[in-house]
Amino acid sequence: MNSTLNWLFDPAHWSGPTGIPARILEHLGYTALTVLIAAAIAVPLGAIIGHTGRGTFLVAGLSNGLRALPELGLLTLLVLLTYVGLLPVVVALVILALPPILAGTYAGIRNVDASVVDAARGMGMRGSTVLWKVELPNALPLILGGIRSATLQVIATATIAAYVALGGLGRFVIDGNNAGAGSPNGYPQMAAGAIVIAVLALVVEGVLEIVQRVAVSPGLRNVATRKRTARIWRKPTPDLVGRST
Amino acid sequence: MNVDWPWPWLPRNVDKIVEATGEHLYLALLPVLAGLVISVPLGWAASRWPAVRLVLVPLAGVLYTIPSLALITLVPLLLGTKIIDPLNVQVPLAIYTIALLVRSVTDALLAVPGEVTAAATAIGFRPAKRFLAVELPLAVPVIVAGLRVAAVSAMSLTAVGALIGIGGLGGLITEGFRRNNAVEMVVAIALILVIALIIDALLLLAGKVITPWTRVRQGAAK
Repeated sequence: MNSTLNWLFDPAHWSGPTGIPARILEHLGYTALTVLIAAAIAVPLGAIIGHTGRGTFLVAGLSNGLRALPELGLLTLLVLLTYVGLLPVVVALVILALPPILAGTYAGIRNVDASVVDAARGMGMRGSTVLWKVELPNALPLILGGIRSATLQVIATATIAAYVALGGLGRFVIDGNNAGAGSPNGYPQMAAGAIVIAVLALVVEGVLEIVQRVAVSPGLRNVATRKRTARIWRKPTPDLVGRST
Repeated sequence: MNVDWPWPWLPRNVDKIVEATGEHLYLALLPVLAGLVISVPLGWAASRWPAVRLVLVPLAGVLYTIPSLALITLVPLLLGTKIIDPLNVQVPLAIYTIALLVRSVTDALLAVPGEVTAAATAIGFRPAKRFLAVELPLAVPVIVAGLRVAAVSAMSLTAVGALIGIGGLGGLITEGFRRNNAVEMVVAIALILVIALIIDALLLLAGKVITPWTRVRQGAAK
C-alpha cells in the first residue's frame, strides 16, 4: 500500500509526456474522439429507427450480439490485421460505443408519450418537425443515458490501447506488469495507475450525471422528480447495461 | 503489418484450446454463481429496509462504474493475493455480478404485489417460507434477465485478466497477438462469443422452465 501511494504521489510521475496528467489527457482524448464518432453515427440512426419504426431488429441484435464480443480480442485483432495506430483502436472502441447510444436513442424516441406526438401532429407539425421539436427533446434523458454508459465503457476499454503500444492510462498497468511485479516500478506503478483509472471513471460518471440533469428540459425534469419521490433509488437510465471490459 | 494465418496451428493445439476453455469457464462462471448467491439476501434486505437500499444501490452503481482492468489490478493491494492468483479476476467478476443483481433482485421483490404477499400470509405462510415459496419465485424472471447480462459480460470480462497474465481464452488472444498468429486470436474470440451465446440461451431456457406460470399467463392472454 505504502509503495503504491509513494509511486502515486511522487512528483516525478506528475510531469512530462509520460506523466499521469499527460496520460489522463491522452485517455480522455481517445474517449472523446470515440464517443463523438459513435454519437454522430448512432444518434441519427437511432432517431430514424425510433421515428419510423423500421429496422428495430438492428437495435436489439446489435446490443445482444456485441455484448458477448470480447473487446480485448476485437481491439488487438483489428490492430494485428491493420497496423499499430490510433485508427484501428478508435474503430474498435466505436464498435463498442455504438450499441448503448443506439439503444438509448431508440428507446428514448419510442418512449415519447403517443398523445404528445399526436398533439404535435394535430397542431400541424410535419414528420421531421415532430422529430426535432418534440421527439428528440423528450428523448434527451435516455439519449444522454446511452451516451453516458457508452463513455464509461470506452474509458474502461481504452486502457487496453496501452497493450497495443498506444498511450493512455493503461500504460501504467501494462508497463508495471512488464517490469515484473516485484520491481519498484512494477506492482506499485500498476496499482497507482489502476487507482487513477478508477478515480477518472468515477469523476467522469459524476460529471455526466450533472450534465444529464442540467441539459434535460425543465418540463421533463419535474416528471422525473415526481417519479423519484415515489421510488427514490431508481435512475432514469436503462438498468441492465452489460460491460465487456 | 504482415499477418500470419497458420491454420495448422488449430489441429495441433486442440488440447491447449480445451484447457484454456476450461480455465475460462472456471474463472468466469464461479464468480457469477457466487454473486447470485450473495445478491439474493442483499436484495432481500434492500427491498425490506429503505435505509439498506439507500446505501447498497448507490454503492453498487459506484462499483459497477470502476473499469475491470483497474479492479483486477487493485485486488492484490486490497486482499494481499499474488499477482497471478485467479481470485484477482474472480473477485471483480463477483463484484460486478452482485452490483448488477442487487438492483434486479431489489426491483423484482419490490414489484411483488402487496395483495399477493397478503394472501400468502393469510393462508398461513410464515415470512421465511413466504419469501422462498412466493416472493422469490415471482422475482425469478427479473433475476434471470440480470443473470444473463452478468454471465455474458463475465465471459468477455475474463479475457481482460490476460493483460496481467490470468485469462483463460484471453491468454490465447494476447499470445496470438504477440506471436502474430491471427488464427489463435480468432479461435479464442469465436469460442468466447459462442460459449457466451450458449450460456445466454441456457439461462433463458432455465428461467422459463422454473417459472411455468409465466407461460400459462402468456398463453391465456392470447
